[in-house]
Amino acid sequence: MSTASDTRVRTKAVRGKAQRGASAGQPGKTRRSGRERQPWLPWVFLAPTIVGMGIFTVLPIIASVALAFFRWDIISAPSFVGFDNFAEVVQDPTVRVSFLNTILFVVVAVALQLGLALGLAIMVQEKLPAWLRVFFRSAFFFPLILSAASVSIFMRYLFNEQFGVVNWLLSLVGIPAVPWLTTPGGSAAVVILVYVWQNFGFSFLLFIGGLASIPVETYEAASLDGATGWRKHVHVTLPLLSPTTLVASVMAIINALQVFDQPFVLTRGGPGDSTRTAVMVIFESAFQRLEFGQASAIGVILTLIIMAITAAQFRLSKRFVFYQ
Amino acid sequence: MTTTITRPAAERVVHRRKRDWSVAGRIVLLSLAAVLVLGPVLWTLSTSLRPPAESFQLPPSFLPLNPDFVSYGQVFKQLNIVALVINSALVTGLIAVGQMITAALAGYAFANLKFRGRGALFSIVLATMMVPAQVTIVPVFMLIRGVGLSDTLMALILPAIPTAFGTFLMRQYFMGLPADLAEAAAIDGASPWRTFRSVYAPLAMPGLSIVGILAFNFHWNEFFRPLIMTISEQNFTLPLGLVSLQGNLGTGSISVVLAGVVLSMIPALVVFMFGQRALRDGLTAGTGK
Repeated sequence: MSTASDTRVRTKAVRGKAQRGASAGQPGKTRRSGRERQPWLPWVFLAPTIVGMGIFTVLPIIASVALAFFRWDIISAPSFVGFDNFAEVVQDPTVRVSFLNTILFVVVAVALQLGLALGLAIMVQEKLPAWLRVFFRSAFFFPLILSAASVSIFMRYLFNEQFGVVNWLLSLVGIPAVPWLTTPGGSAAVVILVYVWQNFGFSFLLFIGGLASIPVETYEAASLDGATGWRKHVHVTLPLLSPTTLVASVMAIINALQVFDQPFVLTRGGPGDSTRTAVMVIFESAFQRLEFGQASAIGVILTLIIMAITAAQFRLSKRFVFYQ
Repeated sequence: MTTTITRPAAERVVHRRKRDWSVAGRIVLLSLAAVLVLGPVLWTLSTSLRPPAESFQLPPSFLPLNPDFVSYGQVFKQLNIVALVINSALVTGLIAVGQMITAALAGYAFANLKFRGRGALFSIVLATMMVPAQVTIVPVFMLIRGVGLSDTLMALILPAIPTAFGTFLMRQYFMGLPADLAEAAAIDGASPWRTFRSVYAPLAMPGLSIVGILAFNFHWNEFFRPLIMTISEQNFTLPLGLVSLQGNLGTGSISVVLAGVVLSMIPALVVFMFGQRALRDGLTAGTGK
């Protein structure tokens, strides 16, 4: 194994040895001479990415954590304030409401997204004319290619209280006009619906992949044992799909925690603070109120939540996920 | 004996009839979902093709039967859409090409070259994916401001070029290519650079196109970074320009805003039609499918 990959960095000089193949003793020699020759070579390949990430990702992460302990408005010099930013942020009612909103949003949106995606994926993967399967798959995938900003722009018109298509459709079945974007509950519902509309296709794709990897024989065996319809899915599909479900839920949760575009364009966080999210308060404290230290503190808290969820994924996958 | 043979056959008929019903039921449910997904997009298209005065016409029409292109003319007048398109294309194109080049190089090094600390370095690259961009945006903004690049397109392009996900994707791709190719190239006297340039890079084109298409799709639609990094309207990208147009017009001429939205969707549609497979593979890569 190691000799095979070593030959990849061999140069002209070791050509003869390479030709003779990996006989014992020689690979060690050639490896040493290969390293002495161009030990810097891999670093030339790596330089653009490593330098770029160092400047634009790693340093900013360190700076962000450091900045969380300072008070800084760009204009005057930063002053060290210890954990003050965290204390203020945790007590700030707007920040609190925004984190609560975000958690509520994540729970409802992710549940809807996964439920829809799983149901539709099962229906698409069962017996169906091939052209219909292709059509449905493309249709459900389609919103993913649009920009969340554009989607929010046209959805705002569709959810207009007086002239919107949504309320018009509801009026057909006798439901009076819903004040979608002017009430806290209505706004939250619109943000969730628009977000799920655009993102369920991603979980759908993951579930399609997971379903395709379940061997047909498993279903045949289940049918022989008398399992039909729903029971087949509850006892065969769901357990065998659990690795996919775990990945899909973690990715959906992490993405939903960072929601910004939809509430920003649809509601600007209102009415009141009813649709303000965690990332929106980062944006506002940094770029509108110039409290960069506080913004970083909120960012650090959000990152810790995301890391905790990722860590929990690894724990859970060991315990509950059923691998074949 | 005969009864035991015929009975299952009869059951099968019943079963099949039941299955026909369930197929029909599924098609109805799936079609309903497809209508809910595609309906809003069709409404957007057909409303953009109606005169502004009829924007809020109810019952709505979902098919543009008598297309009217007034709104499209208006978009060009009310919004400097040519500049927006050029900005978006420049930003997206340069990021995509930059990501393809840097990810190919780094992915190749992680897959095919040996060096001390390879595993550790790769873990660090992967770990950076966990930190959301919104968290690093404040220091990145300071940095960009510090080097005098604030309110330029470069402020959007440079930080987006190094890509952890692209590097991961290309490493996977290069590891899937046969190792004997390098051996053969070495026998033929090719230098390591040439081995990469003339043997591996051309073979990795499908992987590279996934990186490029993903970058295009993400950055063409990006809203958060342009909102922070650009200040003057001449540096806006399409999504930002459209949102500010909607803000300026209120609910006055919806069809004009929607015409802009439809125009901004065209490149994404092209990708959807010709690169759907690559996009799907890219989006689900690294999820252990």
